Amino acid sequence: MEVFFLNVATSLNAGTVLAIAALGLLLNEKAGIVNLGAEGMMLCAALAGFATVVHTGSGLAGLAAGMVAGAVLAGIFGLLVIWLNTNQYATGLALSLFGVGFSAFAGVSYTRENLSSKMVSTPSIWADVPVIGPGLARLDGMVWVGLAIMAGMIWFFYRTRAGLVLRSVGENPDSAHALGYPVRRIRWLAVVAGGSLCGLAGAYLSTVYTPLWTEGMTAGRGWIALALTTFATWRPARVLLGAYLFGAVTMMQFYLQGRGVQVSAELLSSLPYLATVIVLVLISRNPVWIRTNMPASIGKPFYPGS
Amino acid sequence: MTDLSKRSLIKVAALTALAGATLIGCGKKEEAAAPAPAPAAAPAEAPKVTKAAWVYVGPVGDAGWSFAHDLGRKAVEAKFGDQVQTTAIEAVPYGADAERVFRDLAQQGNEIIFGTSFGYMETMLKVAEEFPNVKFEHATGYKTAPNMRIYDASFYQDTYMAGIVAAHMTKTGKLGFVGSFPIPEVLRNINAFVLGAQTVKPDVKLSVVWVNTWFDPPKESEAAQSLLNQGADVLLQNTDSTAVLQTAERNGKFAFGWDSDMSAFAPNAHLASAIVDWGPYYIKSIEELRAGTWETKRTVWGVKEGLNDLIKIADFVPAEAKAKVEEVKAGLKSGEFEPFTGPIVNNEGKEVLAAGQKADREWLDGVNFYVKGVEGRIPSK
Repeated sequence: MEVFFLNVATSLNAGTVLAIAALGLLLNEKAGIVNLGAEGMMLCAALAGFATVVHTGSGLAGLAAGMVAGAVLAGIFGLLVIWLNTNQYATGLALSLFGVGFSAFAGVSYTRENLSSKMVSTPSIWADVPVIGPGLARLDGMVWVGLAIMAGMIWFFYRTRAGLVLRSVGENPDSAHALGYPVRRIRWLAVVAGGSLCGLAGAYLSTVYTPLWTEGMTAGRGWIALALTTFATWRPARVLLGAYLFGAVTMMQFYLQGRGVQVSAELLSSLPYLATVIVLVLISRNPVWIRTNMPASIGKPFYPGS
Repeated sequence: MTDLSKRSLIKVAALTALAGATLIGCGKKEEAAAPAPAPAAAPAEAPKVTKAAWVYVGPVGDAGWSFAHDLGRKAVEAKFGDQVQTTAIEAVPYGADAERVFRDLAQQGNEIIFGTSFGYMETMLKVAEEFPNVKFEHATGYKTAPNMRIYDASFYQDTYMAGIVAAHMTKTGKLGFVGSFPIPEVLRNINAFVLGAQTVKPDVKLSVVWVNTWFDPPKESEAAQSLLNQGADVLLQNTDSTAVLQTAERNGKFAFGWDSDMSAFAPNAHLASAIVDWGPYYIKSIEELRAGTWETKRTVWGVKEGLNDLIKIADFVPAEAKAKVEEVKAGLKSGEFEPFTGPIVNNEGKEVLAAGQKADREWLDGVNFYVKGVEGRIPSK
């Protein structure tokens, strides 16, 4: 039974990187901007976070540095896409490629660095609790942060005025503009906030989840997070569900291998992706549901006064 | 002048300048190319600078496989000084990219090119055909050509010794292995690990998880975590990063370094590092090339030739384990001891090596089974 909870805890850890990044992207997309640069932002933030921890020894500073790195890259992306009205998809791809290459280049001297072990220790007071103890002890603090972000987002989108304004900007920026809201500024703030969350996810990956830096270490997680927001039809709770499901199936495929299940390892590797897509598509197959939840102006440029 | 004609004048002037610059540049190149063949035509006895290139599958910063090859390259530079000019290209994926890189290196005048990963085999064969005067060396492969030969290490000797240490340190009697691809080399390493452990604890068990990559730290970390969740408390891996070792450290369990000395990455979890030192082989290859005695063949070295070793055994490992490892090492160095000596039974109960028989090259190359003690079955390829 303890093994089960241990597996649950590690699944949640595995899914949290995706969850936080996907929630950040959700924030963007609710305002109508698609930021394909998630992978690049996560990698630059991972490097920033790792470098900060190496130089300052503080894990929190590392996470904060990651958020700043993500915000800065997203801010530049926002300027290009919102004020200069460049194509969102092309600019996002460019950001992604830039982020991947720049982080590899700038991170060359950090690849042999080692973070001091105190960074990764989790409170062991939980370990003595029967049954769920080892699992709880193994749970990273970031999982709680992810849950808090999701709760905060639900409250923000559906219970506050500001969230309503953001959603209206995403649905129909022309009407919002006519009502007098500063559409471009709101979109830019959403992009920066979303980018900082992606940065947080990236920094978590390199400072806590796998505390080392290597180029390309996100291994496609940014792209998976992007797909996740779409498949989860832009609802925060479903995004979290999809991310944790991905993490759970990832851990499960290793568990199945260890148990000697005779399925080709490549098929098992693809299982997380397949499972997440299938589940999310099944629970969101109602076309009315999709139409209701998809921000109508997503990906379209906005020209005030046109 | 009107605006239009001034603009077109500027355009024409700019184009002319550009064309002129290009022609002058081309001209200079031709001049530079002309004197170059002259020194090369000089008598062969004069010591010339040998150009050698290395191609790595991962980044040198992986602190593992590619890092070890680069250390070997540096050993060549240290030995030969400015008699050898080395180039290294890292993180080259298999396939079309690799072909481009190998061809490029051959065209740049490199006389010998080392491809340091199994997956470059077909690519190197193809490029070797096109450049018969360039020597190609392929690590861990099995196909050769008149100008392409293969070299390999005997990692299984390292894992056998690691198994001895692991059996002394495990409390649950369960070991874990993070495997890259189910190819004979990795299967040999797994089997040797278990056999070594069984000399200390005959009923030790091993679980294997395959990640289908040589290098993906988060995935390696997840695989290691799942093994630890299932009760394994000593891990070994065949993948190139420090992720498995660090995951073990985080969970308060043990693991080994692989390919290079990883003791600095996990002070409490690191038991020993199973390393490879390619320096001696690369130096010998360059010497053969320069002396004109390079010939295509297959070279497999191990502990005896100084290529493999188990180093930096932790202080907290019991003395009897260390003594046993030294005994095995001495046997390997003298060439008398072979870790795969019969009787060996696979994990389905069938005998794969008769009692008293030592494994030969053919047997070692054809390992496609788990020995008794390894749980599960090899994933179908």
